[in-house]
Amino acid sequence: MSDSPKLTLDFKGLLCPMPVVKIAQAIKQVQVGELIEAVATDPGVMADIPAWTRSTGHELVALEKQDGKTFRFVVKRVK
Amino acid sequence: MFEKKEKLTLVVLSGDLDKVMASYIIASGAAAAGMEVVMFFTFWGLKAIQRDGVLTGKGLFGRMLGVMNRGGLNAIGPSRLNMGGMGRWMFKLMMKQKGVTQLPELRQAAIDLGVKLMPCQMSMDVMEITCDHLIPETTEPVGVATMLEHAKESSIQFFI
Repeated sequence: MSDSPKLTLDFKGLLCPMPVVKIAQAIKQVQVGELIEAVATDPGVMADIPAWTRSTGHELVALEKQDGKTFRFVVKRVK
Repeated sequence: MFEKKEKLTLVVLSGDLDKVMASYIIASGAAAAGMEVVMFFTFWGLKAIQRDGVLTGKGLFGRMLGVMNRGGLNAIGPSRLNMGGMGRWMFKLMMKQKGVTQLPELRQAAIDLGVKLMPCQMSMDVMEITCDHLIPETTEPVGVATMLEHAKESSIQFFI
């Protein structure tokens, strides 16, 4: 079990569809089982990142609103 | 584990900034979600894959069309409230202020994610647009049968 993310990304200021596009590009850079952590300011990620993980089959490990303005999420590469 | 890859076919008939933007957002979003994406550009839609600053046309009418109907992502304006280019300027500025990804970067993201861009041969003939007028990432020009073959295999088809 590796709990620390392999990649930490900054999606602050990015709007639809870029958070999903960037996470899709980033997931190819890690191995199966590794984690990616990202912070975004677009409230749309609360709906779109879970939808993206459901579509791709990757695992949503965490998704939380941090301080009213930023959103943090962690995804795990599954395949 | 190795389920059949989902597929999306987009027919882009419009060459307006708003509709082209929606097309590339849907395409890049779908490609990011692991779908195979094919975009078929016909008629006004060809403007979305034309090089910037290139005038099209061979004959008199073709050249007139090329001048009055400039293609390329920097030349196209919104479908409403363009007001001779003022609307384009205003929308671009407003989108920039909000940090919305600009069209060229959006199209590049779609290309990087493997989205296929197919120009319509017949529209190119009518409007006197050649492959040299199009960005190099496009496929060879195709016809309706090719588009339909992709659409048939797709779980989602959009006409924009």
